[in-house]
Amino acid sequence: MTLLSVQNLSLTFRHKDRAVEAVKNVSFTIEKGEMLAIVGESGSGKSLSALACMGLQPPAAAVSGSITLEGKEVIGAPESTLRSIRGKEISMVFQEPMTALNPLHTIGKQIAEMLGKTDISKIHELLESVGLGHFKDRLHSYPHQLSGGERQRVMIAMAIANNPSLLIADEPTTAVDVTVQAKILKLIKELQQSRKMAVIFITHDLTVVKKLADRVAIMKQGEIVEQGKVSEIFAAPKHPYTQKLLSSEPKGEAVPLPAAPHVLMACESLKVHFPIKKGVFGRVASYVKAVDDITLSIPKGSTLGLVGESGSGKSTLGFALLRLLKSQGRIVYLPAPDASPVQLDQLRGEKLKPLRCHMQPVFQDPYASLNPRMNIQQIIEEGILVHFPELSQKARDAMVDGILQEVGLPADIKTRFPHEFSGGQRQRISIARAMVLKPSFVVLDEPTSALDLTVQSTIIDLLKNLQTKHGLTYIFISHDLRVVRAISHRIAVLYKGKILEEGTTKQIFESAKEDYTKNLIKAAMLE
Amino acid sequence: MNPLTRRRLDLFIANRRGWWSFWIFLVLFIFTLFAEFIANDKPLIISYKGDLHFPIFKTYSEKYFGGDFDTEAFYRDPHVQSLINAEGWMVWPPIRYSYATINYDAFPAPFPPSSENWLGTDDQGRDVLARLIYGFRISILFGLTLTITSAIIGIFAGAVQGYFGGKTDLIFQRFIEIWSGLPELFVLIILASLVTPNFWWLLLILLLFTWMSLTAVVRAEFLRARNFDYVKAARALGVGEFRIMIKHVLPNAMVAAMTMIPFIMSGAVTALTTLDFLGFGLPAGTASLGELLLQGKNNPDAPWLGFTGFIVIAAMLALIIFISEAVRDAFDPRKVVK
Repeated sequence: MTLLSVQNLSLTFRHKDRAVEAVKNVSFTIEKGEMLAIVGESGSGKSLSALACMGLQPPAAAVSGSITLEGKEVIGAPESTLRSIRGKEISMVFQEPMTALNPLHTIGKQIAEMLGKTDISKIHELLESVGLGHFKDRLHSYPHQLSGGERQRVMIAMAIANNPSLLIADEPTTAVDVTVQAKILKLIKELQQSRKMAVIFITHDLTVVKKLADRVAIMKQGEIVEQGKVSEIFAAPKHPYTQKLLSSEPKGEAVPLPAAPHVLMACESLKVHFPIKKGVFGRVASYVKAVDDITLSIPKGSTLGLVGESGSGKSTLGFALLRLLKSQGRIVYLPAPDASPVQLDQLRGEKLKPLRCHMQPVFQDPYASLNPRMNIQQIIEEGILVHFPELSQKARDAMVDGILQEVGLPADIKTRFPHEFSGGQRQRISIARAMVLKPSFVVLDEPTSALDLTVQSTIIDLLKNLQTKHGLTYIFISHDLRVVRAISHRIAVLYKGKILEEGTTKQIFESAKEDYTKNLIKAAMLE
Repeated sequence: MNPLTRRRLDLFIANRRGWWSFWIFLVLFIFTLFAEFIANDKPLIISYKGDLHFPIFKTYSEKYFGGDFDTEAFYRDPHVQSLINAEGWMVWPPIRYSYATINYDAFPAPFPPSSENWLGTDDQGRDVLARLIYGFRISILFGLTLTITSAIIGIFAGAVQGYFGGKTDLIFQRFIEIWSGLPELFVLIILASLVTPNFWWLLLILLLFTWMSLTAVVRAEFLRARNFDYVKAARALGVGEFRIMIKHVLPNAMVAAMTMIPFIMSGAVTALTTLDFLGFGLPAGTASLGELLLQGKNNPDAPWLGFTGFIVIAAMLALIIFISEAVRDAFDPRKVVK
């Protein structure tokens, strides 16, 4: 029986005389107790379509079409009707559990608010059903005292408090670690089955869809390009976009290594400790050991994958090797086999500056890593101006043109500003900024995590091409094991600032020794 | 034009009240900048024996025009006027009074508004309209100078604190806390009685306190922005600290600063008016709005003094606030251009 039916839904934003149609003629239905996944890249209108089902679209949007919930029209319904739908018949779980929960109220109070009354036994029952049974005597906890996964469970408890017939989950696991993600997904699936609840699951992760959903709708630029049973779509995608999406899962393996490479970068018992001060005089009471006693060596031309959950110290380790953070322990850099080794940890300030062009970072978020007020020429040129100030404007232009071509961008974009580019293009620009100085060592800090799936694989290919061409040495930091597998020669698993396990990619994936690693792989592959 | 600048300009114009206030304010300001050519007791141009003279720029003695004394010609004197008119002609500014010119005919002072003195005279027989024009100019010039200097100092201090953080920040913050704890008005009054206050002294004394108004926001922006990825990237490229501050971090802080600057301006104007009203401000005889208000208070039987002062100050502050609101809209990233 059809629970919710969306017919020809369109959402339009007017901006001066320009109209942006964020959602175009979208139609889908969802049966009772069914799980529909809406898949699409960022900006494809998937969240907006779902919000419109509850009448929660932004007020600036003009809505047309029809949304019926058990025969009742939602579009244009008075606010009082909408309020009676929200939370009772349709409820929602948001992406970011920290901001979706009120930090000033206890979790008990927030769940009670959804119920409309303080019914302790009902609250206990709800907590039990989301796997927080041990929280019965912790109803007075505040959201900050909970972990990300626990907060997301509280959100789900609130969402199902009134037995809604439809739950909308808007990328509920994007903000949590892979191992937590697997548990949350399992919980949602169980709740859907035990409560005969329909679920609209919004995601960009195809593995999740394959694992959980009954039906899937693929959205692109505000339109549903294809929808149908998960098994059918994954077996025989019809629309070219779906085909592209399904084929863009990161795959392949690391580039072949040069014969007998020398160790380019090494560290010995590297430590990054942040002091915790107490009392009036700032006595150091203890340390947060972000990186604790790590010894590593990276051969020239190879990629070391650093994996681990958030807070495991993988980014800290990367930046400490670049000498962007204070650390203890030896860091040795050997530019060529016959050169004398440089002890990086002994250098600072002006002495370190000439070496900066040998080692460069690439950041996760291409929206944050480019100064919005500088044009592309200025962004890429900045490093050249520091390290080769003697070069003429003409020589600098030639370098910028060369690197833009290498990262696959046209040369005529130089006068444009970062906001005119898509995420993938921006990431190419930040790669160009790092590569224009011809570094030998590059720390890639989750360079693909903020990108859409179809773009991820092209960036990985680009990085691999650059590596073969220039013999670059990478540290690739990621929590996404599928991506790490596609580029790394060796993998180090970090846990609480220490290396738990290190080995070749093959060893780690096929015969991991530690249970933690095994769990990580299992969660990432959703097997 | 950079699209961001374009958007901000559009937003500024979209706030109609602020946009109009901006133009009215600009016209008034430019108009009063040329106060000497609008309200003066000297003619703009004199043609005497076929030669052109400009007494605003050059002093001529009465003897030069065939008078009796070797002092500066007093052009309002009917005798001098007839001497000049006999040999040529004069062009007068629209208001034939400077801020210090005493109209001896308007007796007893303060004299109510008349066709000669449109807004009446004050208690020393000086034309209120002329004093208003000069007073408006000095208020705005004072406000602008104080705003710009305190913005420069404030942004610099905030930038240093926020960018370097740690101990620098800690020491600076405690200093500011103590400094802002000083009772501002009393310190001003005491200092104003130690020196003979003039425009620059008052500027300096007020500057002691107003520079702090921007440090907090600029510091916060610098603290936030120094950990931006593009700042880290610049550091990894080996770009110098100073260049990072100017090129990468400062533009972020400028948004917050720009939103506050017009409000500092209105505060500065009010501060000068207050000091003048209390009698600790600009030297006696200077045309100022605060002094006009004080006269209004001392002469309740001459309501034109108090009313004029009040209306002009209220209108001027309202204009600045309306402009401030438009500036705030312009820098609001969430505001939609309709």
